[in-house]
Amino acid sequence: MDFSLSEEQRQLEETVRRFMAKDYAFEKRRVIRDSAEGWSREAWQALADLGLLALNVPEEYGGLGAGPVDTMVAMNALGPGLLLEPYLASAVVATALLRECPQHAGLMEQMAAGECIAVLAHDEPGARGDPGYVATRCRPAGTDFQIDGRKCVVGHAAAADWLIVSARGEDGDIVLFLVPLDTPGLSLDGYPTLDGTRAAEVHLTGVRLPETARLDADREVLGRALDIGLAALCAEAVGIMKAALDATVDYLRTRQQFGQPIGRFQALQHRAADMLMHYEQAKSMSTLAAMRCTSKDARERRRALSAAKVTIGRAACFIGQQAVQLHGGMGMSDELVVSHWFKRLTAIELMFGDTDTHLQQFIEISAQS
Amino acid sequence: MNLDFTDAENAFREEVRAFVREKLPVAIRDKVSRGLHLTRGEHLQWQRLLYERGGWSGPGWPKAFGGPGWSPVEQYIFEEECALGGAPRLIPFGMKMVAPVIMAFGNATQQARFLPKILAAEEWWCQGYSEPGAGSDLASLRTRAVRKEGRHIVNGQKTWTTLGQHADWIFCLVRTDPEAKAQRGISFLLIDMKSPGITVRPIITLDGAHEVNEIWFEDVEVPAAHLVGEENKGWTCAKFLLSHERSNIAGIGIAKRELARLKHIAAAETKRGRPLIEDPLFAARLAEIEIDLMALEITNLRVLSAEAEKRAPGPEASILKIKGTELQQAISELILQAVGPYALPFAGAAPGPAHAANRAAQYLNLRKLSIYGGSNEIQKNIVAQMILEL
Repeated sequence: MDFSLSEEQRQLEETVRRFMAKDYAFEKRRVIRDSAEGWSREAWQALADLGLLALNVPEEYGGLGAGPVDTMVAMNALGPGLLLEPYLASAVVATALLRECPQHAGLMEQMAAGECIAVLAHDEPGARGDPGYVATRCRPAGTDFQIDGRKCVVGHAAAADWLIVSARGEDGDIVLFLVPLDTPGLSLDGYPTLDGTRAAEVHLTGVRLPETARLDADREVLGRALDIGLAALCAEAVGIMKAALDATVDYLRTRQQFGQPIGRFQALQHRAADMLMHYEQAKSMSTLAAMRCTSKDARERRRALSAAKVTIGRAACFIGQQAVQLHGGMGMSDELVVSHWFKRLTAIELMFGDTDTHLQQFIEISAQS
Repeated sequence: MNLDFTDAENAFREEVRAFVREKLPVAIRDKVSRGLHLTRGEHLQWQRLLYERGGWSGPGWPKAFGGPGWSPVEQYIFEEECALGGAPRLIPFGMKMVAPVIMAFGNATQQARFLPKILAAEEWWCQGYSEPGAGSDLASLRTRAVRKEGRHIVNGQKTWTTLGQHADWIFCLVRTDPEAKAQRGISFLLIDMKSPGITVRPIITLDGAHEVNEIWFEDVEVPAAHLVGEENKGWTCAKFLLSHERSNIAGIGIAKRELARLKHIAAAETKRGRPLIEDPLFAARLAEIEIDLMALEITNLRVLSAEAEKRAPGPEASILKIKGTELQQAISELILQAVGPYALPFAGAAPGPAHAANRAAQYLNLRKLSIYGGSNEIQKNIVAQMILEL
């Protein structure tokens, strides 16, 4: 049993931290957020130059072949800076999917270099975190396939060059297609989301795709990629929670009322202690999620990940809300980063299945023994 | 990073498991599983079996004092396996509380006189800390010891003394300098419970049990040789004791055992014609507890591995105490709910299913967990002040 990071992992953490502090400060992020695209190609290229986009790409495709613990370390360090670029979507989830599809490996090399972005378009209205919920249809049309359906709240869709679209074939199985963004019949309705990133409704109407667009991936492969993404999301949340906790404790030490720092008041001390306990439990479960998210035992994997999301969803809500509460009026302001952490934590609770969805999944998996 | 135990640790776990399976008397296991109080003899019987195995009765003891010299992880595994195997919790007052103080602050004579009998379960110890006016504010204690002709004359009252009715010895914090402020004038005394002037009176708790006592001291004479450390420096011992051996304080093994019991009961009980465990609201509450326990287990292991690196339990143990006691209480509460109306028959009456007997008493009894050993509110003060530095 060993909870320490390797020397390489510590270096990775340091690299990401330094980049975020120096090149992705909060004011700079605000400028990027308010830009037309809502993300920065320059920052994306910088992440590529640091090797971070190659982290999850296997070595045989020019990547670093890192494992989920490395991803955890990176996401943890990226978290507090509230990156607006599609790191999780492209460099973690889409990469995890593509690396199981050797015929599209070339794309991964471009992604690692920062030359193109791929994003999974999977969720649909009504899915509520159920990875098997796919109503988008796929029918043979001559030698091609025709796709019809709608994908909802697809993060970073407009930033992507490729969408990886899930659809249900006539035999009922889930199939995945690699779809260029400029494909006729594919249209986006873009909008900002509460955490400052962009997303879109993706409409697929009579989209025609050749057989070569079809990924050699089934529901299992999709599930594995989503699990890796979920573990990475947990790590991001833990990074943000730590930052929010530290900032709150710092505020309690410095803010003076009634002639003393407000951190002297027991009601606030106990709230801060509760935040710390939530954080520690969340960190433990994020570690478990990273260690189990690539486990071949699907039951063990899904059980650990659902338990992790429940713990992290709860902690994210509590820490986010209390960070705002303990900052008082300042916590409500757009000016301070604390409200932005709260917003991202709120978004995280709703992503990849919310707490109740995972609680239910945990119950169902636990019952199959 | 690696969450798995080493092969050696797994082999050790097997060794402990086999020992508990073979040696734990069936009658004791049965009482523990029903949440009943053990007799003095039963506690000592189990401790002696552990002692004979090679000092296992002192899991945290170094080899120099006859203990097994286990690492924090081995101690954790040992306690977990004992709990899972249905063994009673070791009575901590001798083994885990006074013994480490005597090892750290006692002189060679005291070590030779007291430690072997603690390890061999020949003498039963109890703790003389709390007083009617000194609970969370322990330093306000008023039991006085006046030095007179090579002895301390002790007068005062201790309370909430757990299993004091069985004890041969009591370790006490007493005020030796009434002029000094709070912590400064306190000394750490070892007192023979057979000393003239000691009266033990039972306190019956809400579950109907006699587990705690008041202890009165009237001109009790204590030889000077039974002062541990320096006079008026007893608070150092008290603080050491409070921070010692707390890395297993979460009680993960006990929580796992009780959670298994809860599932067993919930599978046997029915609601609307279906097993209770399938009821969505019940299942959600059960799952929340189970997930909390998964998280706490890893948090506990993280604290252990930090402890192994820097050899300091630290204030992180307060987190384990709070979360661990909350969990055990939550499990006992859900057991009560699972049992339903048959939890109402009390005081030995058990007209319902066997698993219903005594569950209410156990639920009531476990409310103590968040009060003793530094209430959970005091633990939060420690977390806020020592970890968060507020």
